[in-house]
Amino acid sequence: MSARSVDLLVIGAGPAGIAAATEAAGLGLSVSVMDEQSRPGGQIYRGIETASPKRLAVLGKDYAAGRSLTESFRSSAAEYLPDTLVWNIGSDRSVDFSRGGRAQQMNPSAILVATGALERPMPIPGWTLPGVTTAGALQILLKSSGIVRDNCVLAGAGPLLWLVATQMIAAGARPAAIVENLPRGRIVAGLRHLPGALRAREYLFKGLAMIARVKAAGVPVYANATGLAIEGSTQAEAITFSSGGRQHRIETDAIALHQGVVPNQQITRLVGAEHRWDAAQACFHPVLDARFRTSADSIYVAGDGAAINGARPAALQGRLAALLIAEDQGRRVGTERIRRLQAGIARDKSVRPMLETIYAPAPEILAPADSTLICRCEEVTAGEIRSVVDLGAPGPNQIKSMLRAGMGPCQGRVCGLAVAQIIADRKGETPEETGYYRIRPPIKPITLAELAAYAPDEDAPRAASGDAAA
Amino acid sequence: MTPAGRSGTRGFDLVVVGGGIHGSSAALFASLRGLSVAVLEKDTVARHASGTNAGGVRRLGRHHAEIPISQRSMQIWYGIADLLDDDCGFQIAPQIKVAETDAELAGLSQRAGELQAMGYDHEIILDRAGLRRHLPAISDHAVGGLASLKDGFAQPYKTTFAIQRKAMEKGARFYEHCQAGRIHRSDGVWQVETADGVFAAPRLLNAAGAWAGAIAGALGEAAPVEAIAPMMLVTNRVPHFCDAVVGAAGRPLSFKQMPNGTVVIGGGRRGRADRHANRSEILFNELQLTAETAMSLFPVMRSASIVRSWSGVEGRMPDDIPVIGPSARHEGLYHAFGFSAHGFQMGPGVGELMAELIATGATQAPITPFSIARFAV
Repeated sequence: MSARSVDLLVIGAGPAGIAAATEAAGLGLSVSVMDEQSRPGGQIYRGIETASPKRLAVLGKDYAAGRSLTESFRSSAAEYLPDTLVWNIGSDRSVDFSRGGRAQQMNPSAILVATGALERPMPIPGWTLPGVTTAGALQILLKSSGIVRDNCVLAGAGPLLWLVATQMIAAGARPAAIVENLPRGRIVAGLRHLPGALRAREYLFKGLAMIARVKAAGVPVYANATGLAIEGSTQAEAITFSSGGRQHRIETDAIALHQGVVPNQQITRLVGAEHRWDAAQACFHPVLDARFRTSADSIYVAGDGAAINGARPAALQGRLAALLIAEDQGRRVGTERIRRLQAGIARDKSVRPMLETIYAPAPEILAPADSTLICRCEEVTAGEIRSVVDLGAPGPNQIKSMLRAGMGPCQGRVCGLAVAQIIADRKGETPEETGYYRIRPPIKPITLAELAAYAPDEDAPRAASGDAAA
Repeated sequence: MTPAGRSGTRGFDLVVVGGGIHGSSAALFASLRGLSVAVLEKDTVARHASGTNAGGVRRLGRHHAEIPISQRSMQIWYGIADLLDDDCGFQIAPQIKVAETDAELAGLSQRAGELQAMGYDHEIILDRAGLRRHLPAISDHAVGGLASLKDGFAQPYKTTFAIQRKAMEKGARFYEHCQAGRIHRSDGVWQVETADGVFAAPRLLNAAGAWAGAIAGALGEAAPVEAIAPMMLVTNRVPHFCDAVVGAAGRPLSFKQMPNGTVVIGGGRRGRADRHANRSEILFNELQLTAETAMSLFPVMRSASIVRSWSGVEGRMPDDIPVIGPSARHEGLYHAFGFSAHGFQMGPGVGELMAELIATGATQAPITPFSIARFAV
């Protein structure tokens, strides 16, 4: 069995990935798209192909807009590999993946990483108790199976929190409360960017309309909340916080946390691409040039995996990246098309400075109390991390070796940013100096039996075997 | 010890190049003997093989020449928690090499006999039933094994980090992100140039692992160190089924279940080691046989999932035994490197003997077979 070659492998079938694949296939490139889900759309358009008219009405017209993207993708010449896990990418760009329980390899000339965003971890006391979820996870349940949770408290901050609240109201499950943990003065600071943001004013109108709808539905909104904590022994029982100069306690067994989204770094870290710390957004970005290229040869990133901009610019970026990749591979591409896509992306991005100022993560999330769990897979607290830093451990990889933080099933996806930030603060440096976990394959689990049957290149000579390792 | 500015010279009794387990351990024992010591590490302590090995504390199956040092090192391991004020994750456990055929078992028996004749009794033969007493989950086809019952395993990074901290407590200075540049000797004092200034000492220890060959070579001593990247796989947590660290007589394997239930599988198969880029890469097509071997010896592993892997850059000598001892060419220069993927257990013992050798000019340890002179051209 020898591995297949393609001009372009797209990883992820969200808006950036499927728009890129559709465009690239249209330009005559051989394209494969690998995605973990069974249907295209990514998290943002999850369930779009199967949603009933009723569910489309609940989820709103921005969600429904995803259908034209998936339809174009379905009718394109791009090969679509759903239910496929990419678990390794070698320095020679060979891609190891699993499909139908069988490990296989592909050798693409270029790779477009379109793996999108993850919700930022929101480590507060009690965040790992059963009954606590994230706003994103709540929305996925709604999109994929129409399930809503009653009496749910939404806590944290970010546009998604308001969107989920309006969708829950439309679905007939009004949230019990919204507890927004932004510090005072954020709106005023954000208004400084209003003139620029007016270029893409429909986002602002949508945001204001969502807030108005939530308030009109009578959902209690607690602003500038601090000291958020979840009570409960075996299950969430209540959320406590202060707001408006008073201490509050809301009894509930359902809490959804949200503190914005951040680029999913697993693949860009795996391939050793350079990353930069964004102090304002408290997250890492892969470093890209103007042609969406990372520092790793012929590996590109488009969409929220590069920087958070949302679904519509992600699709535009996907298209543009496809054109530039085609050009990098020697195809002729119309410059007018490139210019129009660039202008569209710039217009959509004009709202970001305002949103990013208002919704930058709350300070208390970035500096959790010593007793708060940070790595939930291996149950490591912020205090344990700080004490190993005090012993002299220089960075996340040593913390991982000492405490197992980041060694669990999530491979550090959930705790990575929090761990880097805690170490950096303790050492008085920036997370850019501190660095991040070395991401080692497999980035998704594969069974030993599958690996034993793996023979991507039967004819290749094997390296000589030596003594057993120490 | 005279601290100096960036361009100045700092003086010590001993400069160690390499902050792995051997360099750090030599720094600790030399400090305990009252020497002032600087350790220069181009990355961070235990960044490569010392922090990324499988953690086996193994006497079993060693080259005959290594046995005395390994035995002495084992005694230090038994008291490691008291020595370092850190348990290092060390646990005593049997190390067992499994025979899958009668011919393999005969080979193991012959080795056990040779060791008995040399006066060592730590390696014993297990028959079919004896093997199953220690490894109830072993496959039916296994016929027996060779065991060293009081060996064990530890956490590699935790151990080397603990050695570093104890050495610092005893006065050793560690300089990380400090790469040794040009090295020369004037008036009987070694001068190691770095971006952080010059480090000077009458005695110099080259413990730079995969990078040690270049240092020796620059000083006119041939040492053909190959950079290799042993690979390890880690599974999800599975119910407890194995207390021993397991190898195989006829195939490369190192297999153990950790106290938390995860299983670490390694042994022999190598990834891509890049000394210049300071990184190594996992090659999964090389791991196919490792996975096959693990499942064939432990059928219970069929359903386990691999959740992680790691590898590190290690130095290997052509004859698979290390270089330990004084330079054959320069006074005041010493070497301890090239442990060829089995140096972790020897770390404390080698550190102790190097400190003795450096401080007193002699050691009782039989180090002649490890002389760098064996590679002289």
